[in-house]
Amino acid sequence: MSHSPALTDERPASIQLPKRRTSPAKRKQRLAAYLFLLPFFVVFLTMLVVPLVYSLYLSLFESKLIGGEVFAGLANYARALTDSAFLGSLGRVGLFFIIQVPIMLGLALFLALALDSTRARGSKAVRLLIFTPYAVPAVVATLMWGYLYGEDFGPIAQVARAVGLGTPEFLSAQNILGSMMNIVTWEFVGYNMIIMYAALRSIPAELYEAAEIDGAGQFRLAWSVKIPAIRPAIMLTVIFSIIGSFQLFAEPSLLNAIAPAAISNSFTPNYYGYNIAFINQELNYAAAIAFLLGLVIAIVSYFVQLAGERRERVGAADRETQP
Amino acid sequence: MTTTDTRLLVTAGDGTATPRRNRRRYTPEGRRSLLLTVLLWLLVLYFVLPLWWLFVSSTKSNSALFSTFGMWFGGDFSLWENLQTLFTVRDGIFLRWMLNTLLYSVTAALGATLLATMAGYAFAKYDFPGKKILFSATLGAVMIPLTALALPTYLLFSQAGLTDTPWAIIIPSLVSPFGVYLMRVYAADAIPDGLIEAGRMDGAGEFRIFWQVGLRLLGPGLVTVFLFSLVATWNNYFLPLVMLNSSELYPITVGLAQLQSAASQGGGAQALFSTVITGSFVSILPLVIAFLFLQRYWQSGLASGGVKG
Repeated sequence: MSHSPALTDERPASIQLPKRRTSPAKRKQRLAAYLFLLPFFVVFLTMLVVPLVYSLYLSLFESKLIGGEVFAGLANYARALTDSAFLGSLGRVGLFFIIQVPIMLGLALFLALALDSTRARGSKAVRLLIFTPYAVPAVVATLMWGYLYGEDFGPIAQVARAVGLGTPEFLSAQNILGSMMNIVTWEFVGYNMIIMYAALRSIPAELYEAAEIDGAGQFRLAWSVKIPAIRPAIMLTVIFSIIGSFQLFAEPSLLNAIAPAAISNSFTPNYYGYNIAFINQELNYAAAIAFLLGLVIAIVSYFVQLAGERRERVGAADRETQP
Repeated sequence: MTTTDTRLLVTAGDGTATPRRNRRRYTPEGRRSLLLTVLLWLLVLYFVLPLWWLFVSSTKSNSALFSTFGMWFGGDFSLWENLQTLFTVRDGIFLRWMLNTLLYSVTAALGATLLATMAGYAFAKYDFPGKKILFSATLGAVMIPLTALALPTYLLFSQAGLTDTPWAIIIPSLVSPFGVYLMRVYAADAIPDGLIEAGRMDGAGEFRIFWQVGLRLLGPGLVTVFLFSLVATWNNYFLPLVMLNSSELYPITVGLAQLQSAASQGGGAQALFSTVITGSFVSILPLVIAFLFLQRYWQSGLASGGVKG
């Protein structure tokens, strides 16, 4: 067993005797630690690991009219990788991720920095009001925006007609993805802003003092002190956003009711998987799609983190070489 | 892969107790910018106007909904009639849905908070073989798309006869890997090791120390994890949609979606649209109020322990 450096900090020096065998007191503490962890890991195992493995298992079988369940190897995966509906849905959420996430997180970062600078009046109210949509379920947000987008009695259309702009078609096939991006942006800017703001508030004062001596302005301060300091928090919001956009479900499934022509049953991978499993009853194929989706999310998250790390290294090197 | 996660997600999460940072504020001469103030309040409008519309619309009759300007009151003030319809439609099922949501989300959030706190405390304050790998597994699980698990979980639950029961919603919502992560970082900061040692000197058992010393110091962290698990279950749509068949068991999200699709199919002929809108408005009030009243706790929970730069 290895002693982590963290351990040495936690004990008074007198207890650090150079003996190898674990003392009864220490054994008791270890047992307590495992007991503290036990309930979480029981649920973790049964609700995360077992379903994941079961999903993988299911995806390797095929349901035949004659003979029932038969082993199919990777046939379901091969089918998914040539299924234009599935690939199309992945492309759609990929596009969603590339366009919506930078807008949402950029806005959240701007707001967090603006609030942290304490240059605006009523910052506290601003913070709470912008955060409020997070407490609104995606179902309600989508219902609400569905009405707001309405061509006949939606207020946006009413205003647009009043000023002579004609009736905007938010729910047409070309515009629906953008309309959905707006709904998700509305829902989650505040949440991401709060995470970034919380990180900004815990930047140690010493970092500012150095910049102050430097005479750096607000923008320089934000760019070269604040943003690098909260990079881990920003990365966290990016990872959550990847997961969020690739898993979109409530938004397409509710918009489908008001714009059936614009939302196909394979609009997003999750919505497609749901339709395959519960409408078409193709459980094995749906399991393969769910598993592939999880894999795609893990891969995208991994590469985004890798890119973030590289940038951090380059950034650090830049700062060091500066006179 | 999980090693990368660990490094990126956690900077203070290696279990070392760092001294609490003093609450400083760096305010350069305290200057205010009018431009920034105006810009921020314009942005606030984008976030608030839809909710304003929802409130205004819930005071309108179904016909006024279609004939008056959406952003202002019009027609008769029908909020009371709408509420009456809402709470009596289908024998008062709306109230049932609200209570279901409350039951599922409060139970799940309490359970998830307790499990996450115990695990986070163990990770922060104990050393034991397997600590690293267990924590990495927890962090890696943050990335598992929960909706991808809904289908296999549904199949497993239906074999156990648990589908179409409240357990089908509550049990899967008890896992909160992010909660464990938050509580670990928070506990590392908030509970001084000396206090635990002192408890041991006094002969207190490990569990008594946790209940009497640990939990008391973890207040804001507990509120934060509780609120965020509450929202996750409260707002969940996919899991109950998959798990539940009986409409008496629906939470508010699935119920409203069902009302809405009934309204669309009815072509808006009945008073259903105003019922859906009033229902949406009523359904968001509890969470909005909870966040407003508990803001002092969850904001400090996030700031001091939650997510560090």
